Amino acid sequence: MSDVLDELRYCSTHEWVSSVDKGVVSIGITDHAQDQLGDLVFVELPEVGQVFEAEGECAVVESVKAASDIYSPVSGEVVEVNEALMDSPELVNDDPYGDGWLFKIRITDETELDNLLDADGYREVADA
Amino acid sequence: MTMKTVLNELHRAGGGRMVSFAGWDMPVHYGSQMEEHHTVRQSAGMFDVSHMLVVDLAGERTRPFLQYLLANDVARLQTEGKALYSCMLNQQGGVIDDLITYYLRDDAFRMVVNAGCADKDLAWIKQQAEPFAVTVTPRRDLAMIAVQGPQAREKTLPLLSPVLAKAAAELPVFHAAVHDDWCVARTGYTGEDGFEIMLPEAEAPILWQALADAGVSPCGLGARDTLRLEAGMNLYGSDMDEQCSPLEAGLNWTLAWEPETRNFIGRKALEAKRTAVDNKRFVGLLLEGRGVLRNHQRLFSDGVEMGEVTSGGFAPTLQRSIALARVLPGTGETCTVEIRGKQVPVKVVRPPFVRKGKVCINIEGEKS
Repeated sequence: MSDVLDELRYCSTHEWVSSVDKGVVSIGITDHAQDQLGDLVFVELPEVGQVFEAEGECAVVESVKAASDIYSPVSGEVVEVNEALMDSPELVNDDPYGDGWLFKIRITDETELDNLLDADGYREVADA
Repeated sequence: MTMKTVLNELHRAGGGRMVSFAGWDMPVHYGSQMEEHHTVRQSAGMFDVSHMLVVDLAGERTRPFLQYLLANDVARLQTEGKALYSCMLNQQGGVIDDLITYYLRDDAFRMVVNAGCADKDLAWIKQQAEPFAVTVTPRRDLAMIAVQGPQAREKTLPLLSPVLAKAAAELPVFHAAVHDDWCVARTGYTGEDGFEIMLPEAEAPILWQALADAGVSPCGLGARDTLRLEAGMNLYGSDMDEQCSPLEAGLNWTLAWEPETRNFIGRKALEAKRTAVDNKRFVGLLLEGRGVLRNHQRLFSDGVEMGEVTSGGFAPTLQRSIALARVLPGTGETCTVEIRGKQVPVKVVRPPFVRKGKVCINIEGEKS
């Protein structure tokens, strides 16, 4: 049984979003997602300054098995990416909600968060 | 209908992540594919390969039959237990399957064929065997466990019967020892030393458990694939198939042209292409830029398409991405691979990448 944290919001495509801190949210992939992917070997992150629409393709994670697209859960501009993943993609496996975060976005419209799943909603997706 | 090997319950109990492979419910890993890979390179791991099919061939004319059926020549098998890797070709020279043949006795040979090819192989072999009056017996009653790694042999030998242990301890590479319904072969698909053990199904869970107790780690199909890729060994269905000639799959070394009088299936078609200058080359690739090489990615040289990746992935031993690829004859020492619309540099190298725990290619130069 994988971890789903109550304080985060989720997408059915297995990304998580933190609560808003000074207009910025952190984004990563869920414990369930990393478990399904297996050992990660490469992460392609967006560039700081890139602007994404909600559900836009914004990153790629590759495991020993396959490559998976990551979709931005919300609209906004990338303000920071997790550079540590360039050399240590396994951080996503080891700590998907902590050191394995992918990037941070300055959110355009906070009401978009209301469209996302809460922890219980995501648990149903992950268990399906 | 998904098939299960006799070890299926042990895989599930051991935390195996199960996937469907060639119609079989098999473990892809037991937690970390990467760790399993390193375990085989550094100590010893075991794989359930019972989904592969053992086919026994019997009859006075088995040897001439195999000399007709296979592109490699079983005349090379003169001592009991010796093994031979070969392609089985169709009349057009395409690869029906790649397999290992063991010489057991003068009137008895054994073949081990790929799980995904088992049904068509069996039909083909039976059809070809008829004029030779060779009996073809699929041995679904046998399980098969591969124990691989630098410590594989020392950990396995004490678990065998005394007679078999003595014979197995003395086995040269690519030879097998047989006792009753057990067959221990010093073969594998990882680039490491070890055994592949064929044994009665009922005894397989006992051996699996005993190996685990001896410190041999269960490994899944995921690690099996990255290990064989590093070892530069072809994967049927990815690196070659019925539409592909062994001449373009790096398998020239398995074609026995001499004696010229030996007529094997596919010979005529291959001879016509044997010295063709437009035969594609089968090469290794080392990714110089960032990303991961994957099957079917396209390769370019100065904007001209040169070929494609036939099997690619991440090589845990090298911590780099590598691949096997089929390219046009003019391909140089470097080219680019298209990954998500971008051209990423790759170096063309000669496989294997890793054998016996040692890196065999030059991986100097930092990742860009």
